[in-house]
Amino acid sequence: MSTLTTEEIKAAALRAMLSVTEEEAQVYVEKLEVFDEYVNKLNELDTENVEPMTHALQQENVMREDVVTDVLDREVMLENVKESKDGQIKVPTIL
Amino acid sequence: MTLFSKTAAELQSLLHNKEVSVKDLTEESFARIAKTDDDVQAFLALDEKQALQRAEQLDKEPMDGRGPLFGLPIGIKDNIVTKGLETTAASRMLENFVPVFDATVVEKINNAGMVSVGKLNLDEFAMGSTTESSAFRTTRNPWNLDHVPGGSSGGSAAAVAAGEVPFALGTDTGGSIRQPAAFCGVVGMKPTYGRVSRLGVIPMAASLDQVGPITRNVTDNALLLSAIAGVDPKDSSSSAKEVLDYQKHLTGDIKGMKIGVPKEYLGEGVAEETKNAVQEALKVLESLGAEVEEVSLPHATYALPTYYFICASEASSGLARYDGIRYGHRTEHAQNLDELYRKSRAEGFGEEVKKRILLGTYTLSAAHYESVYKKAQKVRRLVAQDFANVFAKYDVIIGPTAPTTAYKIGDTSIDIATKNASDLLTTSVNLAGVPAISVPCGFSNGLPLGLQVIGNHFDEATVYKVAHAYEQATEFHTRTPAIWEGK
Amino acid sequence: MNFETVIGLEVHVELKTNTKIFSSAPAHFGAEPNANIHITDLAYPGVMPVLNKSVVDFGMKAAMALNCDIADIMHFDRKHYTYPDNPKAYQISQEDRPIGTKGWVEIEVDGKKKKIRLNRIHLEEDAGKLTHTENGYSLVDLNRQGTPLIEIVSEADIRSPEEAYAFLEKLKAIVEYTGVSDCRMEEGSLRCDANVSLRPFGQEEFGTKTELKNLNSFNFVRRGLIYEVERQEKVLLSGGVIEQETRRYDEATGKTVLMRVKGEADDYRFINDPDLPEIHIDEDWKSRIRAEIPELPDARKERYMNDLDLPAYDAMVLTLTKEMSDFFDATVEAGADAKLASNWLMGEVSAYMNAEQKELSETALTPEGLASMVKLLKDGTISSKIAKKVFKELIEKGGNAAEIVKAKGLVQISDDATLRKMVTETLDANPQSIADYKDGKGRALGFLVGQIMKASKGQANPQLVNKILLEEVEKR
Repeated sequence: MSTLTTEEIKAAALRAMLSVTEEEAQVYVEKLEVFDEYVNKLNELDTENVEPMTHALQQENVMREDVVTDVLDREVMLENVKESKDGQIKVPTIL
Repeated sequence: MTLFSKTAAELQSLLHNKEVSVKDLTEESFARIAKTDDDVQAFLALDEKQALQRAEQLDKEPMDGRGPLFGLPIGIKDNIVTKGLETTAASRMLENFVPVFDATVVEKINNAGMVSVGKLNLDEFAMGSTTESSAFRTTRNPWNLDHVPGGSSGGSAAAVAAGEVPFALGTDTGGSIRQPAAFCGVVGMKPTYGRVSRLGVIPMAASLDQVGPITRNVTDNALLLSAIAGVDPKDSSSSAKEVLDYQKHLTGDIKGMKIGVPKEYLGEGVAEETKNAVQEALKVLESLGAEVEEVSLPHATYALPTYYFICASEASSGLARYDGIRYGHRTEHAQNLDELYRKSRAEGFGEEVKKRILLGTYTLSAAHYESVYKKAQKVRRLVAQDFANVFAKYDVIIGPTAPTTAYKIGDTSIDIATKNASDLLTTSVNLAGVPAISVPCGFSNGLPLGLQVIGNHFDEATVYKVAHAYEQATEFHTRTPAIWEGK
Repeated sequence: MNFETVIGLEVHVELKTNTKIFSSAPAHFGAEPNANIHITDLAYPGVMPVLNKSVVDFGMKAAMALNCDIADIMHFDRKHYTYPDNPKAYQISQEDRPIGTKGWVEIEVDGKKKKIRLNRIHLEEDAGKLTHTENGYSLVDLNRQGTPLIEIVSEADIRSPEEAYAFLEKLKAIVEYTGVSDCRMEEGSLRCDANVSLRPFGQEEFGTKTELKNLNSFNFVRRGLIYEVERQEKVLLSGGVIEQETRRYDEATGKTVLMRVKGEADDYRFINDPDLPEIHIDEDWKSRIRAEIPELPDARKERYMNDLDLPAYDAMVLTLTKEMSDFFDATVEAGADAKLASNWLMGEVSAYMNAEQKELSETALTPEGLASMVKLLKDGTISSKIAKKVFKELIEKGGNAAEIVKAKGLVQISDDATLRKMVTETLDANPQSIADYKDGKGRALGFLVGQIMKASKGQANPQLVNKILLEEVEKR
């Protein structure tokens, strides 16, 4: 019995700003059926005293000085924007 | 034989003696592309006018002051942004997107005097291992056009293998440079994580990705890595460790080098011919004075689920920004804001990308965060520790790059053991962040096989040294597919 | 009141660094929309954040001033949510290891002092601005995207809207003193959301809380809380149940209005940002920042009361802003009597600033100038009437009191001979007044003083005039 159901897929789609039909959700359930198996595989290992590895390279304190540089020209920015008005980007309203 | 069967040093010599000009080399590249790319389909976009203009400019530069890569043509994987030249990541989401800045690696190859000829095909957003998921075209393996070139840097490997360009840049998140290099019989290097800047590299998984060179021989590969490596103040994950002149380390002398061969790399799913090719290669290395011993990477099989969850999680995060609002594909059918997001993304993304986004979103959701994502991060540390343990005693780790030769295009029946072995051989390298190269080591049914040499963090020099010594003791790297002119 | 009010506040403060937290675009508002942007702010494919060192310095300074423990190691996390003013569809914030934890702010309400504890302070980036229009579309301006913020989260220690107001005032004063922010709610450099719940007195468990937004001034915070507490009380007393909601304060009506119900918890899918390495803050760094923190408001108040003998009220008013307090310190440093200086700053100076809508630094008055005037007042060289004239000159044109007095011939006449002559002349000219005075009409003396002051153009020392007048009148 997989924990990954079409309901879960649809919920994930909702959060990821995608949309899936019931049929599509079913397809994804099948494509991702290895999820549980992989979780079980990971759980074979005792990781009680293991720190999560969040970065491939351990670095620290990489920072920059507080100096203005490389300001982007608005006209250049607008070249890639399909809908704009008075220098601002247009989007439809929520409703 | 064509110009591009020569090494960079040989080409540089021709330029120096004025036997060829940069313009000649550039025209050669476009001529070869015109001849073979209808079949190979490696390129997504070509920049002929710009390239020739640049070539003419470069030809005016004085002879001294020219570096080893001066005037040489290069192709760039289309997930690396190029200012003023469309960059799509092989996705409809970025169709017609023109970046407003160059990736740092692009600036570096320009500073080295190279001529960029165009953008190379990939799996959509680098998600895949056959380049078949590109939204725009299917790239074919130059050794056999019915077969895939591998992926996701399939276009890069195929373009070099077909003699269209002598150099290409690819990216590698779980094997995406090494595996296509193996499938296409060329040399592909994934450097240490942080060795090369990721600024301007469209991320698949930000803690796993690296840009790397793809070439026909190890020496040229080392040259290109020296040129693109180095700390970038605009990439906070890049390393300030000194970049070596890797070429200087290609002495051919590997006497006394200790080579570890993980038993897990020659197990289930790896084809007999692959195992044989690797064994032959190890014999060559032994004959050169290296010591070969079996080792173990005990957590090798755990790399699969670890990579699966971490890669998808980071991918879902990195792809969340694509909504058509500031750039990229924007749906024409939105009645409201919600529809704008959902329809733009549904129309722009292909199936594989959507699947990974869903997987990543699901993995990171509250219910699974601790039990799956964080667990995977802990297991990642164990996988990385395996390499550290081996490198405490060995100089390099060697195994096959891929379990088989290139699959047939459209083959949906690849068995699970092969798929698993494929991931097993390459993904743990990215999880650990160590460097690894693939060099040609044989053929099976006319298709290339690749040998993978893995080194310790920032020890590309040793990786290159071993790979080069092996290469020079064999002639696989001199072979070209039938599609080359003159054959 | 049947219930105990439990309030927690979340305050966002903009740090006034030159550039944004993760990009090198300017951090201040440009006049034009989308004028202060960087490729990183646009979230183009392949862009990467680079941390601004000053943001860490500023954030640490504020956290230290608020008595927080500063992290030895901190990192950044991605907080995922979708909105057009949030280009990456995630905000870079701090979840697991914020820059500061466990601070406190001391407030005083109705004479009682109380410590409000802080849960955490963390660094994060601001989003852009989404402006709704009536025409079916909204507009996105990314100038604000990436502006550095600190988020200050209090514990639920606040027990009344009054305490909330006092907390905000004190917080603002402390942060403003450190110089890391202007803390102006009207400009958006300080924002506040409130969480409020009720519980029966004595109950340990918290009641269900609602979140209040759109509280755009300290007063609105107080009023919004007053309304919400009443609303919740009505619901509970009628047997109803408080829903976990986000409510919007409506300035026009003074009410809170439902914005959205908090269904399942927002799933932000936090991940440690792989693009940004950890930040290790060592003792040297912490010491350096600590040394930069100026004397804070409460410490100055103590000093004004204990060392300068100022009343509590004066100490409070003088320390409301660092500018005023620094000015006062400099004035006393320049030799002025503390109480006199205080009176003038609280009185005439503040009145002028209000009338002219100017900051202290925008007037021509200097601490030396004010001190010079206070000195002349104290030693009797000028009277308070003259001082007002001198003050006007000082605050409008600047300069030094002694020079102004000299230039305008405003020196108070205190010389006995001169005054006696004036008194004698005035007495000679007003025999009827002398007669009136001897008759017992005290007002006549006042009239005579007035005449003398007029004759001297206000420069005669009034106390001495009175004394000499009495002497001379007795002689007649």
